[in-house]
Amino acid sequence: MKRLLLPLALGAWFVLPAVPTAAVELNVSAAASLTDALQEIVHAYEASCGDHILLNLGASSLLARQIEEGAPADLFLSADEAKMDSLAKKGLVLAGTRKSVLGNTLVVVVPLDSKLKISAPADLVSSSIRALALAEPQTVPAGIYAKEYLQKLGLWRKVIDRVVPTENVRAALAAVESGNADAGIVYQTDAEISHKVKVAYAVSEAEGPKISYPFAALAASRHPQETRRFLAYLSSPPALDVFRRFGFLVISGPAAHP
Amino acid sequence: MSGEEFQILGFTLGMAALAMVAILPPGLALAWLLARRTFPGKAVLETLVALPLVMPPVATGLFLLRLFGRRSALGRFVHDRLDVDVIFTWRGVLVAMAVMSLPLFVRSARVAFEEVPLRLEQIARTLGASPVRAFVTVTLPLAARGLTAGLLLAFARALGEFGATIVVAGNIPGRTQTLALAIYQLIQLGRDDAAVRLCLAAAGLAFVALFTSERLLRRRPS
Repeated sequence: MKRLLLPLALGAWFVLPAVPTAAVELNVSAAASLTDALQEIVHAYEASCGDHILLNLGASSLLARQIEEGAPADLFLSADEAKMDSLAKKGLVLAGTRKSVLGNTLVVVVPLDSKLKISAPADLVSSSIRALALAEPQTVPAGIYAKEYLQKLGLWRKVIDRVVPTENVRAALAAVESGNADAGIVYQTDAEISHKVKVAYAVSEAEGPKISYPFAALAASRHPQETRRFLAYLSSPPALDVFRRFGFLVISGPAAHP
Repeated sequence: MSGEEFQILGFTLGMAALAMVAILPPGLALAWLLARRTFPGKAVLETLVALPLVMPPVATGLFLLRLFGRRSALGRFVHDRLDVDVIFTWRGVLVAMAVMSLPLFVRSARVAFEEVPLRLEQIARTLGASPVRAFVTVTLPLAARGLTAGLLLAFARALGEFGATIVVAGNIPGRTQTLALAIYQLIQLGRDDAAVRLCLAAAGLAFVALFTSERLLRRRPS
Protein backbone atom coordinates (compact mmCIF):
# COMPACT_ATOMS: atom_id res chain seq x y z
CA MET A 1 0.00 0.00 0.00
CA LYS A 2 2.80 2.36 0.95
CA ARG A 3 4.45 1.73 -2.38
CA LEU A 4 1.36 2.92 -4.16
CA LEU A 5 1.20 6.24 -2.34
CA LEU A 6 4.00 7.99 -4.17
CA PRO A 7 2.85 7.15 -7.71
CA LEU A 8 -0.67 8.09 -6.67
CA ALA A 9 0.44 11.42 -5.32
CA LEU A 10 2.50 12.06 -8.42
CA GLY A 11 -0.41 11.03 -10.57
CA ALA A 12 -2.67 13.46 -8.78
CA TRP A 13 -0.07 16.17 -9.26
CA PHE A 14 -0.09 15.69 -13.01
CA VAL A 15 -3.81 15.17 -13.37
CA LEU A 16 -5.07 18.07 -11.25
CA PRO A 17 -3.98 20.95 -13.47
CA ALA A 18 -5.44 19.11 -16.44
CA VAL A 19 -8.93 19.18 -14.97
CA PRO A 20 -10.73 21.85 -16.96
CA THR A 21 -10.91 24.87 -14.72
CA ALA A 22 -12.14 28.28 -15.72
CA ALA A 23 -10.39 30.12 -12.91
CA VAL A 24 -7.72 32.48 -14.18
CA GLU A 25 -5.89 35.40 -12.64
CA LEU A 26 -6.54 38.79 -14.15
CA ASN A 27 -4.25 41.72 -13.54
CA VAL A 28 -6.27 44.89 -13.35
CA SER A 29 -4.51 48.25 -13.27
CA ALA A 30 -6.96 50.75 -11.85
CA ALA A 31 -6.98 54.43 -10.94
CA ALA A 32 -6.52 55.03 -7.22
CA SER A 33 -9.86 56.83 -7.00
CA LEU A 34 -11.66 53.58 -7.87
CA THR A 35 -10.10 51.67 -4.95
CA ASP A 36 -12.97 51.18 -2.54
CA ALA A 37 -15.76 50.62 -5.04
CA LEU A 38 -13.62 48.19 -7.03
CA GLN A 39 -12.64 46.16 -3.98
CA GLU A 40 -16.28 45.58 -3.25
CA ILE A 41 -17.12 44.75 -6.86
CA VAL A 42 -14.16 42.40 -7.19
CA HIS A 43 -15.18 40.61 -4.02
CA ALA A 44 -18.63 39.92 -5.42
CA TYR A 45 -17.27 38.97 -8.84
CA GLU A 46 -14.73 36.50 -7.47
CA ALA A 47 -17.42 34.82 -5.43
CA SER A 48 -19.66 34.46 -8.45
CA CYS A 49 -17.25 33.19 -11.10
CA GLY A 50 -14.07 31.98 -9.42
CA ASP A 51 -11.61 34.08 -11.44
CA HIS A 52 -9.07 35.95 -9.36
CA ILE A 53 -8.75 39.66 -9.85
CA LEU A 54 -5.46 41.21 -8.83
CA LEU A 55 -5.83 44.95 -8.39
CA ASN A 56 -2.87 47.20 -9.05
CA LEU A 57 -4.03 50.57 -7.76
CA GLY A 58 -2.23 53.82 -8.35
CA ALA A 59 -2.14 57.04 -10.27
CA SER A 60 -3.33 56.43 -13.82
CA SER A 61 -0.16 58.08 -15.10
CA LEU A 62 2.06 55.55 -13.35
CA LEU A 63 -0.17 52.64 -14.40
CA ALA A 64 -0.12 53.78 -18.03
CA ARG A 65 3.64 54.01 -17.87
CA GLN A 66 3.90 50.49 -16.46
CA ILE A 67 1.65 49.16 -19.22
CA GLU A 68 3.74 50.94 -21.86
CA GLU A 69 6.79 49.19 -20.47
CA GLY A 70 5.10 45.84 -20.81
CA ALA A 71 3.73 45.23 -17.34
CA PRO A 72 1.47 42.16 -17.45
CA ALA A 73 -1.92 43.84 -17.20
CA ASP A 74 -5.16 42.55 -18.67
CA LEU A 75 -7.35 45.52 -18.01
CA PHE A 76 -6.80 49.25 -17.56
CA LEU A 77 -9.30 51.38 -15.69
CA SER A 78 -8.09 54.94 -16.18
CA ALA A 79 -9.19 58.14 -14.49
CA ASP A 80 -8.80 60.15 -17.65
CA GLU A 81 -9.25 59.75 -21.37
CA ALA A 82 -5.80 61.12 -22.23
CA LYS A 83 -3.96 58.22 -20.59
CA MET A 84 -6.10 55.72 -22.45
CA ASP A 85 -5.62 57.68 -25.68
CA SER A 86 -1.87 57.43 -25.41
CA LEU A 87 -2.05 53.67 -24.86
CA ALA A 88 -4.49 53.28 -27.75
CA LYS A 89 -2.15 55.24 -30.01
CA LYS A 90 0.59 52.75 -29.23
CA GLY A 91 -1.69 49.85 -30.12
CA LEU A 92 -1.79 48.53 -26.56
CA VAL A 93 -5.57 48.57 -26.18
CA LEU A 94 -7.68 45.65 -27.36
CA ALA A 95 -9.78 47.07 -30.18
CA GLY A 96 -13.46 47.56 -29.52
CA THR A 97 -13.30 47.11 -25.76
CA ARG A 98 -12.91 50.74 -24.68
CA LYS A 99 -15.86 52.17 -22.86
CA SER A 100 -16.44 55.14 -20.57
CA VAL A 101 -19.09 54.39 -18.01
CA LEU A 102 -18.23 56.45 -14.98
CA GLY A 103 -17.94 60.13 -14.23
CA ASN A 104 -16.86 62.10 -11.20
CA THR A 105 -16.75 65.64 -9.87
CA LEU A 106 -14.20 67.64 -7.93
CA VAL A 107 -14.69 68.92 -4.40
CA VAL A 108 -12.62 71.08 -2.10
CA VAL A 109 -12.10 69.40 1.26
CA VAL A 110 -10.75 70.60 4.59
CA PRO A 111 -9.92 68.66 7.77
CA LEU A 112 -13.00 67.87 9.85
CA ASP A 113 -11.84 70.17 12.66
CA SER A 114 -10.80 73.00 10.35
CA LYS A 115 -11.93 76.51 11.22
CA LEU A 116 -11.16 77.89 7.76
CA LYS A 117 -14.03 79.60 5.99
CA ILE A 118 -13.99 78.30 2.46
CA SER A 119 -17.15 78.28 0.43
CA ALA A 120 -16.17 79.60 -2.98
CA PRO A 121 -13.19 79.35 -5.32
CA ALA A 122 -11.97 82.85 -4.38
CA ASP A 123 -11.42 81.67 -0.79
CA LEU A 124 -8.68 79.32 -1.99
CA VAL A 125 -6.24 82.22 -2.34
CA SER A 126 -6.64 83.10 1.35
CA SER A 127 -3.27 83.23 3.07
CA SER A 128 -4.57 81.00 5.84
CA ILE A 129 -4.23 78.11 3.41
CA ARG A 130 -0.55 77.31 3.61
CA ALA A 131 -0.69 73.89 1.98
CA LEU A 132 -3.22 72.96 -0.69
CA ALA A 133 -2.96 69.27 -1.50
CA LEU A 134 -3.72 67.96 -4.93
CA ALA A 135 -2.56 65.04 -6.98
CA GLU A 136 0.54 65.75 -9.08
CA PRO A 137 -0.81 68.32 -11.59
CA GLN A 138 1.40 67.35 -14.51
CA THR A 139 0.74 63.65 -14.64
CA VAL A 140 -1.98 62.38 -12.34
CA PRO A 141 -5.53 62.84 -13.70
CA ALA A 142 -7.04 64.20 -10.47
CA GLY A 143 -4.26 66.78 -10.36
CA ILE A 144 -4.61 67.65 -14.03
CA TYR A 145 -8.34 68.17 -13.52
CA ALA A 146 -7.75 70.32 -10.43
CA LYS A 147 -5.16 72.45 -12.22
CA GLU A 148 -7.48 72.81 -15.21
CA TYR A 149 -10.24 73.97 -12.89
CA LEU A 150 -8.06 76.54 -11.12
CA GLN A 151 -6.62 77.78 -14.40
CA LYS A 152 -10.07 78.27 -15.82
CA LEU A 153 -10.86 80.54 -12.88
CA GLY A 154 -7.55 82.36 -13.12
CA LEU A 155 -6.49 81.15 -9.66
CA TRP A 156 -3.75 78.70 -10.53
CA ARG A 157 -0.88 81.18 -10.44
CA LYS A 158 -2.11 82.62 -7.16
CA VAL A 159 -2.09 79.29 -5.35
CA ILE A 160 0.82 77.54 -7.06
CA ASP A 161 3.27 78.43 -4.29
CA ARG A 162 1.16 76.60 -1.78
CA VAL A 163 0.30 73.56 -3.84
CA VAL A 164 1.51 70.26 -2.39
CA PRO A 165 1.50 67.75 -5.23
CA THR A 166 0.94 64.19 -4.07
CA GLU A 167 1.52 60.74 -5.50
CA ASN A 168 -2.11 60.16 -6.33
CA VAL A 169 -5.49 61.51 -5.35
CA ARG A 170 -5.74 59.33 -2.24
CA ALA A 171 -2.50 60.76 -0.95
CA ALA A 172 -3.97 64.25 -1.34
CA LEU A 173 -6.98 63.12 0.69
CA ALA A 174 -4.68 61.62 3.34
CA ALA A 175 -2.71 64.87 3.59
CA VAL A 176 -5.92 66.74 4.39
CA GLU A 177 -7.12 64.01 6.76
CA SER A 178 -3.91 64.26 8.77
CA GLY A 179 -4.24 68.05 8.95
CA ASN A 180 -0.87 68.56 7.31
CA ALA A 181 -2.58 70.21 4.37
CA ASP A 182 -5.10 72.94 5.14
CA ALA A 183 -7.25 72.07 2.16
CA GLY A 184 -7.25 69.78 -0.82
CA ILE A 185 -8.95 69.19 -4.13
CA VAL A 186 -10.09 65.62 -4.58
CA TYR A 187 -12.90 63.71 -6.24
CA GLN A 188 -16.37 63.75 -4.77
CA THR A 189 -15.99 59.98 -4.34
CA ASP A 190 -12.87 60.35 -2.21
CA ALA A 191 -14.55 62.88 0.07
CA GLU A 192 -17.44 60.50 0.50
CA ILE A 193 -15.38 57.61 1.89
CA SER A 194 -13.48 59.74 4.40
CA HIS A 195 -14.71 60.46 7.88
CA LYS A 196 -11.89 62.84 8.64
CA VAL A 197 -12.60 65.55 6.09
CA LYS A 198 -15.55 67.73 5.26
CA VAL A 199 -16.50 69.15 1.91
CA ALA A 200 -15.95 72.93 1.86
CA TYR A 201 -17.70 73.21 -1.47
CA ALA A 202 -18.31 71.12 -4.55
CA VAL A 203 -17.04 72.32 -7.90
CA SER A 204 -20.00 73.20 -10.04
CA GLU A 205 -20.64 71.37 -13.27
CA ALA A 206 -20.19 74.58 -15.25
CA GLU A 207 -16.80 75.44 -13.78
CA GLY A 208 -15.37 71.97 -13.38
CA PRO A 209 -13.71 69.82 -16.01
CA LYS A 210 -15.51 66.87 -17.49
CA ILE A 211 -14.24 63.77 -15.75
CA SER A 212 -14.76 60.34 -17.22
CA TYR A 213 -13.20 56.94 -16.58
CA PRO A 214 -12.41 54.91 -19.69
CA PHE A 215 -12.13 51.15 -19.17
CA ALA A 216 -10.48 48.86 -21.74
CA ALA A 217 -9.00 45.41 -22.14
CA LEU A 218 -5.34 45.43 -23.14
CA ALA A 219 -3.95 43.88 -26.29
CA ALA A 220 -1.26 42.02 -24.35
CA SER A 221 -3.81 40.14 -22.23
CA ARG A 222 -3.36 36.40 -22.25
CA HIS A 223 -6.95 35.89 -21.15
CA PRO A 224 -8.97 38.10 -23.51
CA GLN A 225 -12.14 36.13 -22.97
CA GLU A 226 -12.07 36.33 -19.17
CA THR A 227 -11.00 39.96 -19.38
CA ARG A 228 -13.99 40.83 -21.55
CA ARG A 229 -16.23 39.02 -19.11
CA PHE A 230 -14.99 41.09 -16.17
CA LEU A 231 -15.16 44.25 -18.27
CA ALA A 232 -18.79 43.52 -19.07
CA TYR A 233 -19.47 42.89 -15.41
CA LEU A 234 -18.09 46.34 -14.54
CA SER A 235 -20.92 47.98 -16.45
CA SER A 236 -23.60 45.54 -15.29
CA PRO A 237 -26.36 46.81 -12.98
CA PRO A 238 -24.93 45.28 -9.77
CA ALA A 239 -21.52 46.85 -10.38
CA LEU A 240 -22.98 50.20 -11.36
CA ASP A 241 -25.02 50.17 -8.16
CA VAL A 242 -21.82 49.89 -6.17
CA PHE A 243 -20.15 52.65 -8.15
CA ARG A 244 -23.19 54.88 -7.61
CA ARG A 245 -23.18 54.14 -3.91
CA PHE A 246 -19.58 55.37 -3.72
CA GLY A 247 -20.59 58.63 -5.40
CA PHE A 248 -19.63 58.01 -9.02
CA LEU A 249 -21.78 59.38 -11.79
CA VAL A 250 -22.88 56.79 -14.28
CA ILE A 251 -22.64 58.22 -17.76
CA SER A 252 -23.62 56.55 -20.98
CA GLY A 253 -21.23 56.36 -23.86
CA PRO A 254 -17.80 57.91 -24.04
CA ALA A 255 -17.64 61.40 -22.62
CA ALA A 256 -15.99 64.29 -24.36
CA HIS A 257 -12.26 64.54 -24.02
CA PRO A 258 -11.36 66.72 -21.03
CA MET B 1 21.88 69.63 -17.72
CA SER B 2 19.25 72.35 -17.49
CA GLY B 3 19.07 75.06 -14.84
CA GLU B 4 16.24 73.18 -13.20
CA GLU B 5 18.37 70.07 -12.95
CA PHE B 6 21.23 72.05 -11.42
CA GLN B 7 18.80 73.51 -8.91
CA ILE B 8 17.70 69.98 -7.92
CA LEU B 9 21.31 68.85 -7.65
CA GLY B 10 22.29 71.87 -5.57
CA PHE B 11 19.28 71.50 -3.30
CA THR B 12 20.00 67.81 -2.71
CA LEU B 13 23.69 68.42 -1.98
CA GLY B 14 22.86 71.29 0.35
CA MET B 15 20.23 69.35 2.25
CA ALA B 16 22.50 66.30 2.60
CA ALA B 17 25.32 68.53 3.87
CA LEU B 18 22.98 70.18 6.38
CA ALA B 19 21.81 66.74 7.48
CA MET B 20 25.44 65.79 8.16
CA VAL B 21 25.86 68.90 10.32
CA ALA B 22 22.71 67.90 12.17
CA ILE B 23 23.74 64.30 12.84
CA LEU B 24 27.33 65.04 13.77
CA PRO B 25 26.81 65.93 17.47
CA PRO B 26 24.27 63.20 18.33
CA GLY B 27 26.10 60.72 16.12
CA LEU B 28 29.44 61.30 17.82
CA ALA B 29 27.85 61.10 21.27
CA LEU B 30 26.04 57.85 20.46
CA ALA B 31 29.07 56.27 18.82
CA TRP B 32 31.30 57.19 21.75
CA LEU B 33 28.77 55.84 24.27
CA LEU B 34 28.50 52.56 22.36
CA ALA B 35 32.25 52.25 21.93
CA ARG B 36 33.48 53.26 25.36
CA ARG B 37 30.75 52.73 27.93
CA THR B 38 28.77 49.84 29.25
CA PHE B 39 25.37 50.58 30.65
CA PRO B 40 22.04 48.81 31.06
CA GLY B 41 20.05 48.78 27.83
CA LYS B 42 23.11 49.27 25.66
CA ALA B 43 22.14 46.44 23.33
CA VAL B 44 18.66 47.91 23.00
CA LEU B 45 20.01 51.37 22.20
CA GLU B 46 22.40 49.84 19.69
CA THR B 47 19.52 48.10 17.94
CA LEU B 48 17.29 51.17 18.01
CA VAL B 49 19.97 53.28 16.39
CA ALA B 50 20.43 50.73 13.61
CA LEU B 51 16.70 50.31 12.99
CA PRO B 52 16.26 52.90 10.19
CA LEU B 53 18.99 51.06 8.31
CA VAL B 54 16.89 47.96 7.85
CA MET B 55 13.30 49.15 8.21
CA PRO B 56 11.38 50.00 5.06
CA PRO B 57 12.17 53.71 4.57
CA VAL B 58 8.48 54.50 4.09
CA ALA B 59 7.81 53.01 7.54
CA THR B 60 10.34 55.39 9.04
CA GLY B 61 8.64 58.08 6.98
CA LEU B 62 5.26 57.30 8.48
CA PHE B 63 6.75 57.38 11.97
CA LEU B 64 8.25 60.81 11.29
CA LEU B 65 5.00 62.00 9.71
CA ARG B 66 3.16 61.07 12.89
CA LEU B 67 5.85 62.64 15.03
CA PHE B 68 6.00 65.97 13.20
CA GLY B 69 2.48 66.14 11.73
CA ARG B 70 0.13 68.86 12.89
CA ARG B 71 -1.94 66.33 14.83
CA SER B 72 0.96 65.36 17.09
CA ALA B 73 1.93 67.27 20.23
CA LEU B 74 5.33 68.16 18.80
CA GLY B 75 3.95 69.12 15.41
CA ARG B 76 1.23 71.27 16.95
CA PHE B 77 3.75 72.96 19.21
CA VAL B 78 6.11 74.00 16.42
CA HIS B 79 3.19 75.00 14.21
CA ASP B 80 1.30 77.07 16.78
CA ARG B 81 4.18 78.51 18.79
CA LEU B 82 7.00 78.83 16.32
CA ASP B 83 4.85 79.06 13.18
CA VAL B 84 7.01 76.39 11.61
CA ASP B 85 5.86 73.41 9.54
CA VAL B 86 8.05 70.36 9.07
CA ILE B 87 5.76 68.32 6.87
CA PHE B 88 5.83 69.28 3.17
CA THR B 89 8.75 71.68 3.67
CA TRP B 90 12.54 71.50 3.29
CA ARG B 91 12.71 70.80 7.02
CA GLY B 92 10.98 67.50 6.29
CA VAL B 93 13.68 66.66 3.75
CA LEU B 94 16.31 67.46 6.35
CA VAL B 95 14.67 65.33 9.05
CA ALA B 96 14.23 62.37 6.69
CA MET B 97 17.82 62.52 5.45
CA ALA B 98 19.22 62.91 8.97
CA VAL B 99 17.27 60.01 10.46
CA MET B 100 18.00 57.71 7.55
CA SER B 101 21.72 58.39 7.48
CA LEU B 102 22.41 58.57 11.23
CA PRO B 103 22.79 54.78 11.68
CA LEU B 104 25.45 54.53 9.00
CA PHE B 105 27.46 57.28 10.64
CA VAL B 106 27.08 55.87 14.15
CA ARG B 107 28.21 52.41 13.04
CA SER B 108 31.33 53.72 11.32
CA ALA B 109 32.11 56.20 14.07
CA ARG B 110 31.79 53.53 16.72
CA VAL B 111 34.35 51.34 14.97
CA ALA B 112 36.61 54.35 14.56
CA PHE B 113 36.44 55.07 18.30
CA GLU B 114 36.99 51.43 19.21
CA GLU B 115 40.17 51.37 17.14
CA VAL B 116 41.73 54.14 19.20
CA PRO B 117 43.86 52.38 21.86
CA LEU B 118 42.34 53.01 25.26
CA ARG B 119 45.89 53.16 26.65
CA LEU B 120 46.64 56.41 24.80
CA GLU B 121 43.59 58.06 26.34
CA GLN B 122 44.66 56.83 29.75
CA ILE B 123 48.16 58.21 29.29
CA ALA B 124 46.70 61.58 28.41
CA ARG B 125 44.58 61.42 31.53
CA THR B 126 47.53 60.51 33.80
CA LEU B 127 49.41 63.46 32.32
CA GLY B 128 46.64 65.64 33.66
CA ALA B 129 44.29 66.08 30.72
CA SER B 130 40.61 66.36 31.54
CA PRO B 131 38.32 63.72 29.96
CA VAL B 132 37.10 66.32 27.45
CA ARG B 133 40.62 67.41 26.59
CA ALA B 134 41.75 63.79 26.21
CA PHE B 135 38.82 63.20 23.87
CA VAL B 136 39.47 66.30 21.77
CA THR B 137 43.25 66.05 21.58
CA VAL B 138 43.78 62.28 21.51
CA THR B 139 40.63 60.29 20.60
CA LEU B 140 39.18 62.62 17.98
CA PRO B 141 42.36 63.10 15.90
CA LEU B 142 43.14 59.38 15.97
CA ALA B 143 39.60 58.50 14.89
CA ALA B 144 39.36 61.32 12.35
CA ARG B 145 39.84 59.16 9.26
CA GLY B 146 37.20 56.66 10.30
CA LEU B 147 34.83 59.43 11.31
CA THR B 148 35.23 61.20 7.97
CA ALA B 149 34.74 57.95 6.10
CA GLY B 150 31.55 57.31 8.07
CA LEU B 151 30.28 60.81 7.45
CA LEU B 152 30.86 60.42 3.71
CA LEU B 153 29.00 57.14 3.73
CA ALA B 154 26.09 58.76 5.55
CA PHE B 155 26.22 61.68 3.11
CA ALA B 156 25.96 59.31 0.16
CA ARG B 157 22.99 57.62 1.80
CA ALA B 158 21.30 60.98 2.40
CA LEU B 159 21.76 61.98 -1.25
CA GLY B 160 19.72 59.00 -2.39
CA GLU B 161 17.02 59.12 0.28
CA PHE B 162 13.58 58.52 -1.23
CA GLY B 163 11.08 56.55 0.83
CA ALA B 164 11.02 58.58 4.02
CA THR B 165 11.40 61.87 2.16
CA ILE B 166 8.38 61.42 -0.08
CA VAL B 167 6.20 60.65 2.93
CA VAL B 168 7.44 63.46 5.14
CA ALA B 169 8.26 66.20 2.65
CA GLY B 170 6.17 65.30 -0.37
CA ASN B 171 7.52 65.76 -3.88
CA ILE B 172 7.21 69.49 -4.48
CA PRO B 173 9.23 70.79 -7.43
CA GLY B 174 11.46 73.67 -6.42
CA ARG B 175 10.77 73.23 -2.73
CA THR B 176 11.24 69.68 -1.51
CA GLN B 177 12.18 67.83 -4.67
CA THR B 178 15.49 66.03 -4.25
CA LEU B 179 17.45 64.07 -6.82
CA ALA B 180 15.70 60.80 -6.08
CA LEU B 181 12.23 62.36 -6.11
CA ALA B 182 12.94 64.22 -9.35
CA ILE B 183 14.08 61.00 -11.02
CA TYR B 184 10.87 59.29 -9.90
CA GLN B 185 8.72 62.11 -11.30
CA LEU B 186 10.61 62.20 -14.59
CA ILE B 187 10.00 58.47 -15.02
CA GLN B 188 6.27 59.06 -14.56
CA LEU B 189 6.36 61.93 -17.03
CA GLY B 190 8.08 59.64 -19.52
CA ARG B 191 11.08 61.96 -19.75
CA ASP B 192 13.63 59.20 -19.54
CA ASP B 193 16.45 61.26 -21.05
CA ALA B 194 16.30 63.78 -18.22
CA ALA B 195 15.85 60.96 -15.69
CA VAL B 196 18.96 59.23 -16.99
CA ARG B 197 20.95 62.49 -16.76
CA LEU B 198 19.99 62.84 -13.10
CA CYS B 199 20.69 59.13 -12.49
CA LEU B 200 24.18 59.60 -13.87
CA ALA B 201 24.69 62.65 -11.67
CA ALA B 202 23.51 60.63 -8.65
CA ALA B 203 25.79 57.75 -9.57
CA GLY B 204 28.73 60.11 -9.99
CA LEU B 205 28.20 61.77 -6.63
CA ALA B 206 27.71 58.45 -4.85
CA PHE B 207 30.83 57.06 -6.51
CA VAL B 208 33.00 59.94 -5.36
CA ALA B 209 31.65 59.75 -1.80
CA LEU B 210 32.04 55.98 -1.52
CA PHE B 211 35.44 55.93 -3.21
CA THR B 212 36.80 58.58 -0.86
CA SER B 213 35.26 56.80 2.09
CA GLU B 214 36.95 53.53 1.15
CA ARG B 215 40.30 55.24 0.60
CA LEU B 216 40.11 56.84 4.02
CA LEU B 217 39.38 53.53 5.69
CA ARG B 218 42.37 51.83 4.11
CA ARG B 219 45.19 51.78 6.62
CA ARG B 220 47.80 54.43 6.29
CA PRO B 221 51.15 52.83 5.26
CA SER B 222 53.21 52.99 8.43
